[in-house]
Amino acid sequence: MQTPRSNPVALAALALSSALVLTACGGGGEAEPAASGGPVELKVSLFGTFGYDEVGLFKEYEAANPGVKIAYESTQGEDKYWPALQTRLSSGSGVADVQGIEVARIADVVQNQQDLWTDLRETPAADSIANYIPWKEPAATTEDGAVLGLGTDIGPMGICYRSDLLGAAGLPTDPQQLAARMSSWDDYVALGNEFKAKAPAGTAWMDSAGGFYNAMVSTEEKIYYDEGGNLVFETNPAVKNAFDTAAAAGQAGLTAKLEQFVDPGWDAGFSSGSFATIACPSWMIGYIKGKAGDAGSGKWNVTSLPGGAGGNWGGAYLGIPAVSQNKEEAAKLIAWLTAPEQQAKVFNEVGNFPSTTEAIDAVAGTTDPYFNNAPIGEIFSKSSQAAPVQILGPNDGVVKNAMAQALLSVEANGVSPADAWTAAGTQVNNQVGA
Amino acid sequence: MTLSLQRPAPGERSAPPGGGSPRRPGWRSRLYRWEGRSAPYVYVAPFFLLFLAFGLFPLIYTAWISLHQYRLGSRMKWVGLDNFIWLFTNEKFYNALFKTFTIGILSTVPQLLLALGLAHLLNYKLRGRTFFRVAMIMPYATSVAAATLVFAQLFGRDAGAINWLLGLVGIDAVDWRNGDWTAQIAISVIIIWRWTGYNALIYLAGMQSISKDLYEAATLDGATKWQQFRHVTLPGLRPTILFTVVVSTIGASQVFGEPLIFGGGKSDGGAVNQYQTLGLFMYQQGWTYNALGRAAAVAWVMFVLIIGLVWLNTRLARRRQGKLGQS
Repeated sequence: MQTPRSNPVALAALALSSALVLTACGGGGEAEPAASGGPVELKVSLFGTFGYDEVGLFKEYEAANPGVKIAYESTQGEDKYWPALQTRLSSGSGVADVQGIEVARIADVVQNQQDLWTDLRETPAADSIANYIPWKEPAATTEDGAVLGLGTDIGPMGICYRSDLLGAAGLPTDPQQLAARMSSWDDYVALGNEFKAKAPAGTAWMDSAGGFYNAMVSTEEKIYYDEGGNLVFETNPAVKNAFDTAAAAGQAGLTAKLEQFVDPGWDAGFSSGSFATIACPSWMIGYIKGKAGDAGSGKWNVTSLPGGAGGNWGGAYLGIPAVSQNKEEAAKLIAWLTAPEQQAKVFNEVGNFPSTTEAIDAVAGTTDPYFNNAPIGEIFSKSSQAAPVQILGPNDGVVKNAMAQALLSVEANGVSPADAWTAAGTQVNNQVGA
Repeated sequence: MTLSLQRPAPGERSAPPGGGSPRRPGWRSRLYRWEGRSAPYVYVAPFFLLFLAFGLFPLIYTAWISLHQYRLGSRMKWVGLDNFIWLFTNEKFYNALFKTFTIGILSTVPQLLLALGLAHLLNYKLRGRTFFRVAMIMPYATSVAAATLVFAQLFGRDAGAINWLLGLVGIDAVDWRNGDWTAQIAISVIIIWRWTGYNALIYLAGMQSISKDLYEAATLDGATKWQQFRHVTLPGLRPTILFTVVVSTIGASQVFGEPLIFGGGKSDGGAVNQYQTLGLFMYQQGWTYNALGRAAAVAWVMFVLIIGLVWLNTRLARRRQGKLGQS
């Protein structure tokens, strides 16, 4: 499954060893039950870049809490991390005290795995639950009211663009002026046509039709599921419209045909300029810096989504598996890690946007010198405020992946949009049943 | 002619010297006899116990799972043959079967031909022969992941070395990854690169066991190098070639790592599943869609297919050998 935080290059070793990892889930490595007040080792197992280690929060916590030691590990690709975690959860051994949960998995966790996770209302983390923006914690709450995860970040979105390339094609480079030219997604496509006419050779307007599609549906409230939990992707006009718009852009040659997080050319494109714009959630800020490197500083810029739309793509939770022997200490740790102060710190260093209201207020003024001093705090705050409360479902990832794959077949393999749409629907129904 | 020898049954020991009178077989000698009979079984037991635990049991358990709907972490639900019906009515399965076949041909045929040629060259007295032989086996010692990652970069559309080389001779950039045949060719190249040296070494060993006299005789009869290769080397290598064909066929039907990593860790095998092999299809069912029952069904179908292929291979080979014996 495609996930925002997977890094194809580092997936490599994992990909092959995953079979081994999946089978090698025997006993051992279980933390001893901690005597109260005695030394505890907390195992923290995450995926991608949560930013805690990068910002030095684990060390800070250890220093402030003598007797607590944190053993941290991270898997680059969430699509490798999650299946491995599933095997461990079902065997009950080898799980860490704190595990990351991607937002695309939270509906599955809430609906199907509530007995595998700790209800945080009964832990020291209970006080933190009220700190969040209105939709974050309800998404991690079961029908019975059990809260299974504390929110880390959310993924409000903007458009990241290459000032130099837009300038070369005679388009506005200032975020305000660019935003003024884009009052809808159609305007964004129209600008793309204008760009294409005068663009430097080898540069497309956007990276991929799949990414474009995903940005459009991420601004919707109802996407693949309706309020009753039924799969409605085939009949939801918002999905079909987004699909058609993205497919048309792909056919018109506005895309670089680089599959997100998968094609090595996509990573390289951030520095080489294979594409001029990309819809970027806040956590992609850090990703772009990593891929474009120092040489990319000052080339990239950020503006808001067309029409100032709000959206959300990605974000995560921290949960405590039910088999953890250190629930008390683990709950204290996740409450601290997701507290407003720490969230603000992570945003300023790595770009993962805070999910607590207090932290969102605290970062409203943040600007980023790498992105031409773009007011990223303001852009992403506004996007998060305008974002609808999305209805999530357990198979969101499956549908999203099928759509992205179908759109790639349109832009890269010359499949007609109608055929690709049918193929995506067939694939989803074949796998998860309509 | 029968040969009658006075010797103990295999594994049986003769009575130890001074160990009681031969007329009265005591408990001790019976113990010895029993030990002699059972020892071979004990010696082979470790392998078979391991095989039971890690070979036979998973095989049978997989068959059991394939009759259930099973999602990791939830209960198994009996569905009978539904998984197999689902599989045999699924066009993606036939696509995967076909892609496994085409990638198998694209990778195995050039690989074995190249290996044969290389082995033939290395069979001559060359300077630095050992170096070449070691160099040939190096790709085999490289991990699939590392090799595939490097090749995925080489086959890149915008900045790949192969498109750069093609550009030098005026060929437009090829989108290797997204094209149908191009992606299959790219994956086949990785497999060929990894396995050619291994097969060449096996051929070389086979060639060295062919008697030099045959070559000398052929030379005296005025046979050219090519004729020697066709009429002396190839017939002498027949069993070796059969072995490599069987091993490569099994390998080709299980291709998994290369397309997975070439596809950036995704199990789709490309936008139109153009390089989704059976192995990848199975992985997708099990670990992308969490449908372990379906994955188990794919695994069993693959197992039967491979057994069938190997059986066919040996049958064909035996038939040819039979014909050869008659002529």
